[in-house]
Amino acid sequence: MKKTTLLIAGAIAAFLSAPVAAFAAEGGATPPRQSWSFAGPFGTYDRAQLQRGFKVYKEVCAACHSLSMVSFRNLAQPGGPEFSRGQVEALAATYQVTDGPNDAGEMFQRPGRPADKFPKAFPNENAARAANGGAYPPDFSVLAKARTYSRGFPWFILDAVTQYQEHGPDYIVALLNGYVEPPAGVTLAPGQHYNLYMPGNAIAMAKPLSDGQVEYPKGQDGRAPVPETVAQYAKDVTAFMMWAAEPHMEARKQMGFKVIIFLIVFAGLLYFTKKKIWARAGGDPASVA
Amino acid sequence: MESHSTYVPKSGFAKWFESRLPVAGLVHSSFIAFPVPRNLNYFWTFGAILMFMLIAQIVTGIVLVMHYTPEATKAFASVEHIMRDVNYGWLLRYLHANGASMFFIAVYIHIARGLYYGSYKAPREVLWILGVIIFLLMMATAFMGYVLPWGQMSFWGATVITNLFGAFPVIGDPIVTWLWGGYAVDNPTLNRFFSLHYLLPFMILGVVVLHVWALHHVGQNNPTGVEVKSVKKDTLPFTPYATVKDAFAVVCFFIFFAWFVFYIPNYLGHADNYIEANAAVTPAHIVPEWYFLPFYAILRAIPSKLGGVIAMFGSIAILAFLPWLDTSRVRSSTYRPLYKQFFWVFIACVIGLGYLGGAPAEGGYVIAARILTAYYFAHFLIVLPLLGLFETPKPLPNSIAESVLDGHGHGGPALATGATAAPDRKS
Repeated sequence: MKKTTLLIAGAIAAFLSAPVAAFAAEGGATPPRQSWSFAGPFGTYDRAQLQRGFKVYKEVCAACHSLSMVSFRNLAQPGGPEFSRGQVEALAATYQVTDGPNDAGEMFQRPGRPADKFPKAFPNENAARAANGGAYPPDFSVLAKARTYSRGFPWFILDAVTQYQEHGPDYIVALLNGYVEPPAGVTLAPGQHYNLYMPGNAIAMAKPLSDGQVEYPKGQDGRAPVPETVAQYAKDVTAFMMWAAEPHMEARKQMGFKVIIFLIVFAGLLYFTKKKIWARAGGDPASVA
Repeated sequence: MESHSTYVPKSGFAKWFESRLPVAGLVHSSFIAFPVPRNLNYFWTFGAILMFMLIAQIVTGIVLVMHYTPEATKAFASVEHIMRDVNYGWLLRYLHANGASMFFIAVYIHIARGLYYGSYKAPREVLWILGVIIFLLMMATAFMGYVLPWGQMSFWGATVITNLFGAFPVIGDPIVTWLWGGYAVDNPTLNRFFSLHYLLPFMILGVVVLHVWALHHVGQNNPTGVEVKSVKKDTLPFTPYATVKDAFAVVCFFIFFAWFVFYIPNYLGHADNYIEANAAVTPAHIVPEWYFLPFYAILRAIPSKLGGVIAMFGSIAILAFLPWLDTSRVRSSTYRPLYKQFFWVFIACVIGLGYLGGAPAEGGYVIAARILTAYYFAHFLIVLPLLGLFETPKPLPNSIAESVLDGHGHGGPALATGATAAPDRKS
C-alpha cells in the first residue's frame, strides 16, 4: 500500500504541474529570484517599502497605469502601507473625482475622500491606447498576480512545497530592470523597446525609471535610508503592486498558521481516538501503526 | 436503507415520529449500524472526503453568490470586491476555487481506487455508473464555475469548449448559438453559466444520494474483493469504526487543503485569469484547469475536430461500460498480477496525457498525445477484455476475516475473539 500511496502522490504532483508547463513556450529570459519580506508562511509586507513603492507609483507609473480597484482608505488599513488616516485624507483630497448627478442633474467634480477608489488614468481603454501609441497600460490593481513565468520541471512541483509564489513580482522587477540595447540584427517596430524579460522581447512601454528620479523620505541623518536607484525603485513599486493585488495576504498567512496547527492537533487526537476504538476490534488491519 | 437497522425509538415522541416517518431508522441503518468490511484501507475514506468537499463547495458558493455580480462588465470587479472589501471574502473565494481542485484530487483517487480494486463489478455496476454521472456533472459544474470570474482564461476557455459543439454536422452551429445565447461568448453566456453553476451542485447532491443508496444496498467492496460472507466476522458497524477513521482522514485532507488555501492559493490557477476578459486579445496559450488536461489532450490528439470531440466525450463515457469490458471475475488487483501492472501503466498514461494537455500542441507533443490516446482506449477495449481470459489470478482468501488473519494487515490474534463477536454494544 505504501508503494501505491507514493505513486498516487506522484500522480497528483504531475497533474498539478501540467498547467505551469503550459507557459513553457512563451519566451523571455528567466527572471532572477528576489528576496521578498512577504514570501513564505510568515511573510509580511515591509511598511516602509510599501510607502516608498506607493510614492514611485504615484510619481511615475500613475501617469498611465490605473489602480482602479484600490480605495484611498486601503492605504491606511492594517497589513498594508499603513499610512495614517490624516495622510490618507490629505492624499485623497489632492485627487478630483466625478460625483453626481446633483439636484440639477449635472455630474460634478469634487475632491476625493478616503472611501473613493483611485480615479482611472484614462477614461476608457480606447483613450488609453490613443495616448500610448496603441498599447494599453494595464491596471495595477491585480497585475502582480496576472504575471508569471515558467519554472519548468521539477521546480514547479517544489514551488508547492517551498511556497515560492512570487513569480509575478520577480517578473515585474526583472522587466523594470530589463531594458537594454537591442542586440545587433534586431530591429524593433516604431514605439517598441527591447526588454530582456518581456515575452517576445518587444515592449511598448519606454524605460520608465531612472536613478534619482523619485526622492525618498530622508532618515535621521538627512539621507534616504535606501538608495535612490532603478533597482530599488523597481523592488519598492513591485512590493506595492503585490500588496495592491493581495491586500489581505498577511491576515491570510497568519490565519493559515493557526488553522494548520489546529488541524494537526485535531488530526492527532482523532488518530489516537481511532486507534483506541479500533483496538476493540483487534486493531485496524489497514493501519501502519 | 437496508434491513440492518436495529434502531429502537426510545422516547414517546421518537416512537410517534418513527411510525409516521422512519427517518431516524434510515439514518441509523445507513450511518450507524451499516456493516463495513473490517479490512478497508484509507483509500476507502475518500467517499467521506468527497461528501465534505461537496458540502464545503455548496456552503462557500452560496455565500459567494451573495456578493458576486453575474454581469459581463461587472463580474471581474465583483470578484475583486469579494477579495478586498467583503469580510473574509478572500477566504471564501480561495476556499471555493481551491476546493474545486481538491474535489477533483479526491475524486480521481476515489475513481482510481475503484479501478484498482474492481469496485465496478457485479453487483456494483449501477453504483459505478452513478459515479460516472457524478463525475460528468462535476466537470460541467467546474467548467462553468471557472467562467464566472470572467478573466481571460474564463472567457477563452468558455469560447474553446463551447465551440466544440460546433463540430457536429448540421446541428453544430445552432447548438453553439443556443449555448452562447448569441453569436459570441458574452453576457448571456455568463448569465446562463451562472444559473447552471448554481443548479448542478444540487443535481450532484441528488445523484450522490442515489450513489450512497446503491452503495448501502450492495455493500462496500474491500481490498480483497471478496464479498462479505459473515456480517459478524467480516464487518464492523459504521459507527464508530468507519466514522472515526473517516473523520481522521477528512481532517488530514483538510491540512492539505489548508496549505493551498492559505499559502499557495493561486498555485493551481492561471495568472491570465487575473486579467479581465477581453474578446479582442487572445491569450498566448488557452489551457483548461488542470483536472481537464488529460481529456483536453485527447481532444487535441485527434486530427479532425469532430473526431476529437467524440474521442473526448468517449474517453469518459467508456468508463460507464467498464463493468462489462472487464471480463475477469476477480475484483481486486491484489489477486490479479497482470492487471495490477496494467493498472499502473494506465495511471501513467493518464498522467502523461495530463502533461501533454498543458503542453503546446506542436511537434513531438502531438505524436505522444496520439500514442497515449490510443493506449487509453486500448486499455478499455483490448487489454481489459483479454486479460480476464488469459490471466491466472492468485488464490483468493476464503473470507475477509481470513485475509486479515493471514497477515495482509496487523489484525492480531484478538480478531476472532470477543471483539468481533460483539463489536461496540456498549456505545
